[in-house]
Amino acid sequence: MSEETFEFLCRMGDNTLVLGHRLSEWCGKAPVLEEDIALANIALDLIGQTQLWLGLAGEVEGKGRSADDLAMLRDVWDFRNLLLVEQPNGDFGHTLMRQCLFDHFHLTQLRALTESADQRISEIAQKSIKEVTYHAERSASTVIALGDGTAESHARMQSALTRLWPYVGEMFEPDAIDTAMAAAGTAPNPATLRAAFNAAIGPILTEATLTPPKNPFAHTGGKTGVRHTEHLGHMLTGMQWLQRAYPGAQW
Amino acid sequence: MVEALSLNDVWAWLAEVPDPEIPAISLVDLGVIRSVRVENGTLIVTLTPTYSGCPATSVIQMEVERALTERGVPSFRIERQLAPPWTTDWISAEGREKLERYGIAPPRPAGGPSRCPLCHSDDVERVSQFGSTPCKAQWRCRTCLEPFDYFKCI
Repeated sequence: MSEETFEFLCRMGDNTLVLGHRLSEWCGKAPVLEEDIALANIALDLIGQTQLWLGLAGEVEGKGRSADDLAMLRDVWDFRNLLLVEQPNGDFGHTLMRQCLFDHFHLTQLRALTESADQRISEIAQKSIKEVTYHAERSASTVIALGDGTAESHARMQSALTRLWPYVGEMFEPDAIDTAMAAAGTAPNPATLRAAFNAAIGPILTEATLTPPKNPFAHTGGKTGVRHTEHLGHMLTGMQWLQRAYPGAQW
Repeated sequence: MVEALSLNDVWAWLAEVPDPEIPAISLVDLGVIRSVRVENGTLIVTLTPTYSGCPATSVIQMEVERALTERGVPSFRIERQLAPPWTTDWISAEGREKLERYGIAPPRPAGGPSRCPLCHSDDVERVSQFGSTPCKAQWRCRTCLEPFDYFKCI
């Protein structure tokens, strides 16, 4: 059981780590100062949550690996994040669309996790949900403002939605780990989260005058680690460079 | 001897430790010190983080360690508590007054500041949902035209 719990916790922590790192790539070059600060703050919340999830993962694994060890010393095939969060930033609208899709999934997932039979998981979810509620409100209002904005901003948001929608399905696709977690009462079966996600994202997209593609095709392979997109490895070369070049560096 | 410590004294010492990012208020005002107790000859101070990624969290722990060391506490331990999660409701009434005097509008359940902390006008507008630290948002006053921080309500 602890092996499955470790896998599950890596999925949680890798989602927040990879997305947090992606957002931090905007630091110093977002379109306006307020947005730059907002993206950096959301990144900070996500990295903070990563410390909690991966810290617990290391504890459950029992091999003495810390959150930092897991974040900085695993290679791409050991990452368990959703493909959506590793997608490159693209333009600002693209980043906000990715954020909005993830935030509403994340919020739905954390709501269920506050009821986890594992108290440690429930406590991290209770802590994270306050921050993620704020993220979800902001990404929704920005997606609406840009989608229902100028012809240019609308076109860019529609193109972002069309590009990213095929990565939504993976969030809700259960595998053996999810089934084991659900049976133990540790985490919800992700398939059960789809209705709540649809109920949240549907009205946002409608108000933003955006239309998701009809094709139900979904890319998968991120959370199982079977097949990440090429982008994750490129991201890790930057993110992990210092710890790999100077192992154990302190300052 | 830890047994001889008065817990009221410990609270009083911690009430003198300023928050590292908002030095106008103390750690006790901020509500991050959840309990102070003695167990088997060791003083245990329980801290809770404000935001999970707030860089001040580790500095707060160091400041508490320093305060206890300076007072000569021979044996102490700092524990982290996540649940129930920190809420701005735990900021003391005194802390709220100190925040406003310092130029930061205190948190309100209504989701925005009641007035400008500088000129007290209620004609204020939001500039950004985020600000200079994870716990704050950017607002501005339409009367005195000054920007100010608002402590987000969570």
